[in-house]
Amino acid sequence: MTDTPAIELTGATKRFRTPSGALHTAVRDLDLTVAQGEFVAVVGPTGCGKSTTLTLVSGLEEPTEGEVRVYGEPVRGIDPKVGFVFQQDAVFPWRTVLSNVMAGPRFRGVPAAEARERARDWLARVGLAAFEDRYPHQLSGGMRKRVALAQTFVNDPTILLMDEPFSALDVQTRALMSDQLLELWAGTGSSVVFVTHDLDEAIALADRVVVMTAGPATVKEIFPVDLPRPRTVEAVRLEPRFVELYREIWASLGEEVRITRERGAGRAA
Amino acid sequence: MPLETASETASTAAGKPPAVTSRTEARERAARNRKLTVYAARIGVLVAFLGLWEVCARTEVIDPFNFSQPSRIWDQIWQWITHGTAQGSLGEQIGYTLYEALTGWVIGVVGGVLLGIALGRIRFLADVFGPYIKVLNAIPRIVLAPIFLIWFGLGPASKVASAVVLVFFPVFFNAFQGAREVDRNLVANARILGADNRRVTLQVVIPAATTWIFTSLHVSFGFALIGAIVGEYIGATKGLGLLVAAAQGTFNAAGVYAAMTILAVVALLTEGLLTFAEKRLFRWKPADAGDGR
Repeated sequence: MTDTPAIELTGATKRFRTPSGALHTAVRDLDLTVAQGEFVAVVGPTGCGKSTTLTLVSGLEEPTEGEVRVYGEPVRGIDPKVGFVFQQDAVFPWRTVLSNVMAGPRFRGVPAAEARERARDWLARVGLAAFEDRYPHQLSGGMRKRVALAQTFVNDPTILLMDEPFSALDVQTRALMSDQLLELWAGTGSSVVFVTHDLDEAIALADRVVVMTAGPATVKEIFPVDLPRPRTVEAVRLEPRFVELYREIWASLGEEVRITRERGAGRAA
Repeated sequence: MPLETASETASTAAGKPPAVTSRTEARERAARNRKLTVYAARIGVLVAFLGLWEVCARTEVIDPFNFSQPSRIWDQIWQWITHGTAQGSLGEQIGYTLYEALTGWVIGVVGGVLLGIALGRIRFLADVFGPYIKVLNAIPRIVLAPIFLIWFGLGPASKVASAVVLVFFPVFFNAFQGAREVDRNLVANARILGADNRRVTLQVVIPAATTWIFTSLHVSFGFALIGAIVGEYIGATKGLGLLVAAAQGTFNAAGVYAAMTILAVVALLTEGLLTFAEKRLFRWKPADAGDGR
């Protein structure tokens, strides 16, 4: 049972109809397996379809072809085991911090008192216990992101999907948030798919780094990251093995970035 | 991590007391003076306008029979207040008009919001009813007032009906647009967190659309008043619109202006109440309107 992969994509393809009526392939023939408790980072050139991969796993979108399985079961609609942290702010601006974190359990029918208790617990863990009465607009970007993390973790997801969650934050806050994420994740044993365009972040966080091709996205290469845990982002960055890995992976990723850039230049010309 | 919390706390609580120096004091005094100057200038404009009108009317530069004059208008208002109008006390006329406008407004708003959200959320309904609503919206709805008079008689019902048709459409279109333009991330987030369709509508779409809806509430209360007044003007037994019609029928220009003045005051007061309610409801919004989030 424990050998069942947490996430399994086989030959997954997703096509969208663009507003102009043309057919756009975001993801093509994608095979990817994520083991239980594994942290996988997905890197690729901008706009290649990394985010689409996550929406397929979450059940927000269905694949046009191929199959997506979560714990061996094909994905049909949104799975309650899944948590999703979005790139943009997705906390509800009209709810207070506490009410935002309570939203998940309340939507799932947990009684208010219990939901409040669980929400307070997670707010304490992300260091926002003193801010539960604030509205999101009264918080900094980093704090809002921590509300989003608490909002996701409070549902005890066993599969955590993260779509460039820290890309809007400044460099220092981002490093702190990455450490905090590793800390929160260590206690849960959940599987993580972390989409990012930042290779540093990918190597520092993940057990494996998946490099995607230029769009339509498919897996190009997968690199195991053999750095010991527990890690802290700032320290692991200075290890010789980190630099080695960075060079190796960039050799693969850089090529795809170049292809994407040349296409963009061709379109602009 | 605790370090970050501390620094963020400091930046959030940026409202530290300003150092009192002669410069800040001078700046505050200048700001106060500016405010006073603005108020004084406003009053000056009003006095000059009314004064010029009065003088022109008295010296017969303009014909006071057609254009009346501020002192006569004031006398007329005072007479209505103290002795009542031909149809009863002034308070009763205001009450009638407000009652019709408010009833029409509430019905129009509730209908507009419900239908707007329903059509905004349910694609099928929007596709079916879309063209019909466009056609209805294309009719200049004020011409329906005489028809309502025939259908519902001289009583308040016909005025309520014309207020409803005027209010419904702007509210409907705003609610519809608001429900359509909800941030897709918010909806996706709510669904992932476990919200079903009903919860997405009630707890995400409606709160997100309130900003849109409230914009239309301001405008639409004005429309409700127009509906009620025009209805009364065409035919009624009570109300401010009837007052206008009666004054016009007796060539009493001062009466027409007096009724207009009373209407303006009533409209301003209700507008103020609405703004107050809005402030209470939108505490979650940042103070400056420029930045959404």
